[in-house]
Amino acid sequence: MTLFRPDPTFYPSPRMAMDAPPEKVGYVATLNYGGAPKPDALAVVDLDPASKGYGEIIHRLEMPYIGDELHHYGWNCCSSALCPAAPHPHQERRYLIVPGLRSSRIYIIDTKPDPARPTISKIIEPEELMEMSGYSRPHTVHCGPDAIYVSALASANGKGSGGIFMMDHFNFNVLGPWEEDRGAQDLSYDFWWHFTHDVMITSEWGKPAQFENGLILDDLINSRYGKNLHFWDLRRRKNVQTVSFGNDYQLVFEVRPAHEPNKTYGFVCVVLGLKDLSSSIWMWHRESSGSWGITKVIDIPAEPADAKLLPPPLQGFGAVPPLVTDIDLSLDDRFLYVSCWGTGELLQYDVSDPFHPRQTGSIKLGGIVRRMAHPKSGPLLGGPQMVEISRDGRRVYFTNSLYGIVDDQFYPDKMSGWMAKVDVDPNGGIALDGNFFVDFGETRAHQVRLEGGDASTDTFCYPS
Amino acid sequence: MHPLIHSAIHHDALISWLAMIGFGAYHGLNPGMGWLFSLSRGLQLQSERAVWSSLIPIALGHGAAVTVVAALVLAAGHLMDPAVLRVVTAATLLAFGVYKLFRYYRHPLWVGMQVGMRDLFFWSFLMASAHGAGVMVAPVLLSLTRPHGLHTAAEEEITSAVVMLLAISVHTAAMLGVMGLVAWVVYKKLGLAVLRKGWLNFDLLWAGALLAVGVVALFGALSGGGHH
Repeated sequence: MTLFRPDPTFYPSPRMAMDAPPEKVGYVATLNYGGAPKPDALAVVDLDPASKGYGEIIHRLEMPYIGDELHHYGWNCCSSALCPAAPHPHQERRYLIVPGLRSSRIYIIDTKPDPARPTISKIIEPEELMEMSGYSRPHTVHCGPDAIYVSALASANGKGSGGIFMMDHFNFNVLGPWEEDRGAQDLSYDFWWHFTHDVMITSEWGKPAQFENGLILDDLINSRYGKNLHFWDLRRRKNVQTVSFGNDYQLVFEVRPAHEPNKTYGFVCVVLGLKDLSSSIWMWHRESSGSWGITKVIDIPAEPADAKLLPPPLQGFGAVPPLVTDIDLSLDDRFLYVSCWGTGELLQYDVSDPFHPRQTGSIKLGGIVRRMAHPKSGPLLGGPQMVEISRDGRRVYFTNSLYGIVDDQFYPDKMSGWMAKVDVDPNGGIALDGNFFVDFGETRAHQVRLEGGDASTDTFCYPS
Repeated sequence: MHPLIHSAIHHDALISWLAMIGFGAYHGLNPGMGWLFSLSRGLQLQSERAVWSSLIPIALGHGAAVTVVAALVLAAGHLMDPAVLRVVTAATLLAFGVYKLFRYYRHPLWVGMQVGMRDLFFWSFLMASAHGAGVMVAPVLLSLTRPHGLHTAAEEEITSAVVMLLAISVHTAAMLGVMGLVAWVVYKKLGLAVLRKGWLNFDLLWAGALLAVGVVALFGALSGGGHH
């Protein structure tokens, strides 16, 4: 916090961020689930091809407690620090804000002085979080220019509405809830924004009772999981519009707005179409009236399968759902990556024309039935799940765990954790890197964050 | 010669006028004080006009913040001896400088990028107030409001107010000029890359400047309070 010039990882525009130097290390939230009672850890993976340890776990920072369920996390600050409304360009991108989804504890992890050996610099205990914010089950972390914004899946008692709370980005104190008026919003999950348009978008999963003991089939069939997208006035903190996907579409997950600050569209994945177990990608767009519309732009069908090969929740259906649980958009807003966690496939779409995506690449790895092996592995359980794109758009990393107990529902043979990578052809197309395979053993691997930022951590305020 | 003009161009006052212009230029140079907002609006709206038109409410908001401080200084002049007021002003500056030195990275919370002219005015007012832009020019304003050769108290008072407004206008104009020049050069010539390298830590420099001005003001106040 004593820089005299802006943090070199900040970029005014997404196009400029694409010229950033390649990442040398990556951070992976890892989970101990179902095995020996050990704490979760943040693993540091060497991503420098010139290094001897390339593709290896070079450090593990163990948390002091057991049972956090480290899940999504983010940086204390990012390129949004250059935004003119609340400029803080001399802050340092050095702290990872790492929430425990199950424990409601938040770790502030310092990646300096040695990015390869991060340390815990502060712990926000669940009681403090709940008391100050009124929320629990913290999930997505985004670095805003004026504060750190964190979504939470439930109220402090675990039963009421989830929402968003703010944290001071200098001392990391929890400041309080963000909303002034939540309107029709009750369920919570992911969020992001069109910052220069003062618009926030939030999505929906479910209440803790609907996921902490596993997904509930009855709730799915009866449309009790999230099926809405909410649009908020970021400045007045009010829900201005709620758009429903209807009862046929459940689990509205990852929100990926276009990075270019003058655009007002983005993508969101819906995990399950109840009629045919398909997954779908929808695009939101601002209409001439100023209100928001949604259009389904990608439909990914389920794959028929022998019931004998399926886990119990799917046996009655005779098909493997793609279970698209994460998507990620490259910084040039050109390629959308789609994780099919159920079928075991990573898809690449050219979304230059966002209304008409074109599939340009695919690799298969893992999958409930297919269990496709990597050149450096045996048959694999799990499938591409959390996906992260390097700032230059040339490398895409992904891990295979969704959420401890849900992993076991769909992959009951107790999957191990792994991380793989594809190389991107700038003209479209992806190829699996046969040399890059990180084996986390019994530990599950969830979200990946890249040193210096990636395609889902930064907000840019100046058009390219 | 009219006493107002006489006061304004009095030899002693020349340094003060130059200081008002210099502070205006310095405030205009700081990206966080305004030109960055006008630049981003220009880029977002793809309009060079927007760069310019945004600068006007920003400059006015800054001027208004300084005017508030000036009014406070004038009012305080009624309550205390001028020599005491000078010491109080210098002490306030030093206190503000020390505070900013340790909290230089804190800014007023302002959420919103879709802003109109009124928003920009209030934003600029808030930034200038919170960062002590008005406090910084207070000692100079004080030295300018010591009219010469006047006879009645009413005359003195009116003259002081007019000179202050004039000084604030000159300060604001200088700020506007520098802000406009920098925004235009970045918009037309240098490009956004300059934000990555050229954006010095003005907040820290600012704290230093407040302290420096405070020290000079204190020295001036203690040594008789003038440029003799």
